[in-house]
Amino acid sequence: MFSNLDLQKLVFGRLTLEAIPYHEPILLITFAMVAIGGGALLGVITYYKAWAYLWTDWFTSVDHKKIGIMYVVLAIVMLVRGFSDALLMRAQQAISFGDNQGYLPPHHYDQVFTAHGVIMIFFMAMPFVTGLMNFVVPLQIGARDVAFPFLNNFSFWMTVGGAITIMLSLFVGEFARTGWLAYPPLSEGTFSPGVGVDYYIWALQIAGIGTTLSGINLIATIVKMRAPGMTMMKMPIFVWTSLCTNVLIVAAFPILTAVLVLLSLDRYVGTHFFSNDLGGNPMMYINLIWIWGHPEVYILILPAFGIFSEVTSTFSGKRLFGYASMVYATVVITILSYLVWLHHFFTMGSGASVNSFFGITTMIISIPTGAKIFNWLFTMYRGRIRYELPMMWTVAFIITFVIGGMTGVMLAVPPADFMLHNGLFLIAHFHNVIIGGVVFGLMAGVSYWFPKAFGFRLNEFWGHMSFWFWVVGFYFAFMPLYVLGFMGVTRRLSHFDDPSLQIWFVIAAFGALLIAVGIASFIIQIVVSFRNREALADLTGDPWHGRTLEWSTASPPPDYNFAFTPMVHDLDTWADMKKRGYVRPLEGYKPIHMPKNTGAGAILSAFATIFGFAMIWYIWWLAALALFAILVTAIGHTFNYRRDFYIPAEEVVATEGRRSQLLAEHA
Amino acid sequence: MVLPHVRFPRILLMVPVFGLLGGCNAVLLSPSGDVALQQRDLILASTALMLLIVIPVLITTVVFAWRYRASNTTAPYDPEWHHSTQLEVLIWTAPLLIIIALGALTWISTHVLDPFRAIERVGPGRPVAAGVKPLTVEVVALDWKWLFFYPDLGIATVNELAAPVDVPIQFKITSGTVMNSFFVPALAGQIYAMAGMETKLSAVINKTGDYDGFSANYSGAGFSHMNFKFHGLTQQDFDTWVAKAKKDGKPLDQAGFHELEKPTEAEPVHYYKSVSPGLYDSILNMCAEPGAMCATEMMHIDANGGGGKESEANLERLQSDKHKVREGNESPGATFPASGRAAHGDEQPQGMKARPNAGEANAQKTEPGTKQGDAMPGMPGMKKDSPAPAQLNN
Ligand code: HEM
Ligand SMILES: [Cu+2]
Repeated sequence: MFSNLDLQKLVFGRLTLEAIPYHEPILLITFAMVAIGGGALLGVITYYKAWAYLWTDWFTSVDHKKIGIMYVVLAIVMLVRGFSDALLMRAQQAISFGDNQGYLPPHHYDQVFTAHGVIMIFFMAMPFVTGLMNFVVPLQIGARDVAFPFLNNFSFWMTVGGAITIMLSLFVGEFARTGWLAYPPLSEGTFSPGVGVDYYIWALQIAGIGTTLSGINLIATIVKMRAPGMTMMKMPIFVWTSLCTNVLIVAAFPILTAVLVLLSLDRYVGTHFFSNDLGGNPMMYINLIWIWGHPEVYILILPAFGIFSEVTSTFSGKRLFGYASMVYATVVITILSYLVWLHHFFTMGSGASVNSFFGITTMIISIPTGAKIFNWLFTMYRGRIRYELPMMWTVAFIITFVIGGMTGVMLAVPPADFMLHNGLFLIAHFHNVIIGGVVFGLMAGVSYWFPKAFGFRLNEFWGHMSFWFWVVGFYFAFMPLYVLGFMGVTRRLSHFDDPSLQIWFVIAAFGALLIAVGIASFIIQIVVSFRNREALADLTGDPWHGRTLEWSTASPPPDYNFAFTPMVHDLDTWADMKKRGYVRPLEGYKPIHMPKNTGAGAILSAFATIFGFAMIWYIWWLAALALFAILVTAIGHTFNYRRDFYIPAEEVVATEGRRSQLLAEHA
Repeated sequence: MVLPHVRFPRILLMVPVFGLLGGCNAVLLSPSGDVALQQRDLILASTALMLLIVIPVLITTVVFAWRYRASNTTAPYDPEWHHSTQLEVLIWTAPLLIIIALGALTWISTHVLDPFRAIERVGPGRPVAAGVKPLTVEVVALDWKWLFFYPDLGIATVNELAAPVDVPIQFKITSGTVMNSFFVPALAGQIYAMAGMETKLSAVINKTGDYDGFSANYSGAGFSHMNFKFHGLTQQDFDTWVAKAKKDGKPLDQAGFHELEKPTEAEPVHYYKSVSPGLYDSILNMCAEPGAMCATEMMHIDANGGGGKESEANLERLQSDKHKVREGNESPGATFPASGRAAHGDEQPQGMKARPNAGEANAQKTEPGTKQGDAMPGMPGMKKDSPAPAQLNN
């Protein structure tokens, strides 16, 4: 083998200049825009000398609130990227009929749908959900931070590392052309040589470490760090759904990691786990990836359910109806979500009994889910519903989700699925539940907790714009896909022969444009609100007449969240405290023990990203070096003994004093 | 602030319904084969069952959302009301009852419509007559076309399928490449086509006509054009069709299959008047390549206790995935740098037709790799014009 040792290969692996698509105008413009935008951003940061501030106050922060906010920022950036991919697909499918082949050749289009799916699930929805849980859970349970603050920072940066890896594939080399789950044998080295699938693998592996660790962290936080008196059955429902979600993460993500390791072994060292030949079995991959994949959809939807529960009861001015049955429903869903994975491939040829078993377990999940819907409805019943933005999203969710749930149950009937599987009906169904459920939930969550995070509310006009454009846009973008599904149109097509289908694709593209306006409005809403932050300020810390502990502290909460650990006597602790005439204690403050910021997480993740990049391009020396650097940094970090400090009592007094003054002025 | 009115675009909910009404070409709702018809009925029945609960929920949502708005101070307000055992029982049992009904429907229909099971009727109230032999069709998914063998008739076709009406058809399905899904919506539901494995589908077509068939599982660059026509014919027309295939077709042997197997897109229909014996079985066992060892042989050796150290020699003969690559064909999902095309470039992957309106760059590529030099620098035995080194990591 030594004959093919040549210097360039040794140094750069399979990376060559041609990997950079400088002859590709669209990408060049994108790249230029990213470069100019990024350059401008860096310039502004440098000009305002904000580097030190960003580094010390944000990037190295171990404060769960800041990490939560950074997760959400990452998610919004990736939403824009993932949505741009969606617009590209919608445009291609709207024009590519008959002789017109559209503007994206298949090997572009195939990367676009793969990237869209991967980005939306792993780098939009996951960080968004994790970010909200990070921000909200410690506040709701009356804790000062998560159980492992440094781990939290590290998890965040690993997620960023994964996102950077996938973004790099746009400018250096190519992304996978396999679909978002990279089914073998297509994703095997034989059928997909090149860097695409390797980008896929390493982006997910790097981010996956972050996800798993953050799952462990939040479980430990919820189990061990609740305020005194908060028994399990007194936890806010969002905390319950977060707990279940993180249990799912910890139980499911290792499966993904393992299955991707096996695929990597096939690709890198020539094993045959999933090849057609030599005893490999692609069906094994498909089973394993869905044993992760189905829980994954519940990982995304459960926190959204939690948000809707909080929002409904707050804005109906009422206790949540059927708290206990809500909790049981959540737990039942958590368990059942492991017993349904086969519904993603009824068409692989399992026997009738196996198929019916998994079909029926799937239907059974709709019982607790239905119970949840009823619970929200009966929370609204005899309430005084204030239609602030979060509540509007909630009502839109209930209606949309019920439709999506119904089409989901249709897909759970195996013989019906034989017809609908892999078609646009399926695409319509899962966008129906993912947008109508997860995205609407996240939007509700953002508008609900934004005042808590930043101390001012969001502008209503732009919020309404965003809401209506999203909701109406959704129906225009996805209802036509149900129709196309019934017309027998399959997914992942970049060209169609039958011109009678075109009108439906044009309507869907129109819907996507409406959603684009919705997303733009959302971003404008944040900018406008920031500029009017004085007028929109929330001085009370409790802008919505909230019911849970996060509303008992200031907006934004002080670094230490609560000057005194709250005592919990009832569900809806804060509502209960208010009812019993709670008075803020004004003296007796003690120094508060806090974790110290550290850059180790960001540095480790940078090395991990370099490691991934080196593995993708077969630059073995760099991979070895990066791995070594990771080890050294990780070990070095264990010798850092200056990990905590005390906020002096005087500072707590001062902070709380300022708050008393604000409250007095406001009253 | 209180919104005066929450008006959801409920009218939009009608869109799918409109689609169905206007959709005479909604093939899933008006299929032409008995199996697809039963599957259609199942879709409708399950929808109806669920609407029993979905419609009341939707109505209740709108009613509650409207009635209990804050501005309506005449509605009762009961901030502490949060429990009712009767309601709890109701909200758990109502969905449960529906699911029991649907579950029973599922269990029965899944067994009746098991694609592996031979159909028992050719239409409602028309059982398959005793002694009727189904028409066997062996289906092979290739990059990116379909090969159909008619073992009873001795012919084979590419990208065209035909069957006489009201005669049970027994499909045996495999793949000569990555996974695909064999789907003729007017005829019956889909089933995956996987290499080294055989799935089955039992179906019947009841009306004459030309129907669309395609792969429903993404399989690489040429996937969008992996279509074929399925003709439902009268017995007489079917016989004519067979005669035509016998007249126009060439014979298909191992070498011919080898040629056919190379990736092509939008492959025109053609016929084979005869097929060398055992070809389908050798594809199924991944040994259609000369010198390859069949999976059955290997299994036989294993069943007899394995071949010991000497079986090392068999390894090469069993590597069927790699043989395409040895041919120098570009793999269906190849990306840079292995594809031999510049990253994100406009050149078509191998085997794909030139795109008429996608500009010059998309003309059929003649010299892969000219833009970027060797597909991989320093790789020995890589000629400048040989595309796609397969496994770059060896
Ligand atoms: C915001 C508006 C969105 C639009 C307009 C949109 C559009 C699309 C389109 C056109 C496809 C390809 C359908 C096909 O294969 O023919 C697709 C696939 C997909 N989308 Fe979206 N999407 C949106 C949001 C989302 C979100 C929020 C998620 C998840 C969180 C998501 C996840 C996916 C996934 C997983 C696929 C499958 C990718 C694959 O085929 O491998 N999408 N979407
Ligand atoms: Cu699932």
